[in-house]
Amino acid sequence: MAQTLDRSPAGSGIPAAAPAAARPGRRFRQTAGRQHHAGPLTYVLLIGAAFVSLFPLYWNVVAASHSGERVVEAPAPLLPGNRLLDNLSFAWNQVDMGEALINTTVVASLVAVSTVLFSTLAGFAFAKLPFRGRGMMLSLVVATMTIPPQLSVIPLYQIITDLGWFDQLQSVVLPSLVAAFGVFFMRQFLVEALPMELVEAARMDGAHSLRIIWHVVFPVARPAMAVLGMLVFVQAWNDFFWPFIALTPDGNPTLQVALAGLGAGNHTVDHAVVLTGALISTVPLLLVFAFLGKHIVGGITAGAVKS
Amino acid sequence: MATSVRARPDGSPPPAAPPSSPGPRGHRSPGGLRSTLYRWDIKAIPYVFVAPFFLTFAAFGLFPLIYTGWLSLHRVELGGDPTWKGLENYTDLATSEFFWNALFNTFTIGVIATVPQLLMALGLAHLLNYKLRGRGFFRVAILAPYATSIAAATLVFAQLFNTDYGMINGVLGWVGIDPVNWESSKWPAQIAISVIVTWRWTGYNALIYLAAMQAVPQDLYEAASLDGASRWRQFISVTIPSIRPTILFTIVVSTIGATQLFGEPMLFGGSVGISGGSGNQFQTLSLLMYEKGWVTGALGQASAIAWVMLLLLLLVGGIQALVSRHNRKKLGG
Repeated sequence: MAQTLDRSPAGSGIPAAAPAAARPGRRFRQTAGRQHHAGPLTYVLLIGAAFVSLFPLYWNVVAASHSGERVVEAPAPLLPGNRLLDNLSFAWNQVDMGEALINTTVVASLVAVSTVLFSTLAGFAFAKLPFRGRGMMLSLVVATMTIPPQLSVIPLYQIITDLGWFDQLQSVVLPSLVAAFGVFFMRQFLVEALPMELVEAARMDGAHSLRIIWHVVFPVARPAMAVLGMLVFVQAWNDFFWPFIALTPDGNPTLQVALAGLGAGNHTVDHAVVLTGALISTVPLLLVFAFLGKHIVGGITAGAVKS
Repeated sequence: MATSVRARPDGSPPPAAPPSSPGPRGHRSPGGLRSTLYRWDIKAIPYVFVAPFFLTFAAFGLFPLIYTGWLSLHRVELGGDPTWKGLENYTDLATSEFFWNALFNTFTIGVIATVPQLLMALGLAHLLNYKLRGRGFFRVAILAPYATSIAAATLVFAQLFNTDYGMINGVLGWVGIDPVNWESSKWPAQIAISVIVTWRWTGYNALIYLAAMQAVPQDLYEAASLDGASRWRQFISVTIPSIRPTILFTIVVSTIGATQLFGEPMLFGGSVGISGGSGNQFQTLSLLMYEKGWVTGALGQASAIAWVMLLLLLLVGGIQALVSRHNRKKLGG
């Protein structure tokens, strides 16, 4: 694929005349000269991949803007119709997607905040504090990542039933307060990012551990905490298996549970309303991705490459 | 801390203490108290910091895990008292055609979903590694499916795959292929479910590969170029071996995910989703476990299925450990 595009050598899409000093440091640079310019075939394939990725999302919007009868007619609609607001208000009022949206926001926010907080504390301890059994405990944390949720759901179901938490949001929040992935992620980040001298200097000044956490660890860890928070939020927002068991569509559902209730069982399914519900569950995260996409991309790759 | 001057043996107040200085704090010397606190702080705080994880894990992970194992040796009905059954739940599984069907489906759907997914992710990562216009757009676009939930993605694809009016049969019709019965035929249904999984995860894996590719040292490519290696040759002989640990990582993660498939087949099957289609043609182990536990009410048998899944994952982990040891030996020797 030999090709020459009329591009500046920096490959950043910015005219070569623009002074480099005007974009100090923050601009992402090509790291290696080995990267060759993409040829037409590369663009064709990538545009194809982007199309395949985005089309089902686009079609979700299309389907949510038609009547239920139109969605199940061949050929399927390709352009948006004019029923979006009707479907939205129906999903909002009759099926109560609004309540599910609030429930999901509450659950995902609590899980994200608590996971980030506890993971940072534990990650800091594993990265920088000496204590007995540290290595063994860290291995244990990593090992727990492979345990599938199927192994715990039967006793968990009995526990939450006994406690009267069935169909209550705390039965979804409490088991997810902290995650092995988060602990490991923060530990990997802090091992490199937090110089031991900073911690020791703070100790010399007589700072106790909570002060060190607040004034040294949190400021250093902030970028990783933001990334972890987004990843956990996305995961909690989309979680299905356990919420499907612990919550009911007619009680206190998260969006995913409500969607499952819309999609299955019901004999008179209005597919346009079902897909409107799917849209309601997807749009908030897509907005997050549209605005923070680059950071999420960076976070996913950082988390994976280090482990 | 030289504060002990103030603590006089006779208890009389220190003479001419400046009004701004702090008064005596009880009988103990403040220095002693502070250093005790300090030592306690240093010694105990690491355990305090890691405690939330281990407490949560003990309550919601370890205890249920062991209890599931105990239940798997009993006959348990929903709400009833367990009675001892020994290994009977497991031997029942070994003779149950539903179990072997679910195990086999989990395996085939897992392979159809994972292998093309990771191969396409490798190719996409290679393309994204070129100097590109709009690289930010492409990265976010291929990651967009990751933002959708299992439920939303499956409900959309269930419409696209509908046998009568779905767009996929429509497109196949243009090229002269007869409508495929995506839900009630075995292999088409398994392919459709795998497509949903692949759609959601390919971009995610591609970005993981891309990050690994960008960390490959440049001189390897220069040396390969000098030896006259083509682009394709460099991809096969330099890129792939260099990112082998990352590839192994994604294989393990995808395998773990595939072993647990639940939401996609369940929601794709609609009203017969729990049984994995009218002929159980796409019932996975997770679905069978759910059906045994929550539809039939046989929690002991469901627990046995859960433990079989753990054994499968341990097997995967063991193979992974063997492969990476083998790799290290090859690199070291």
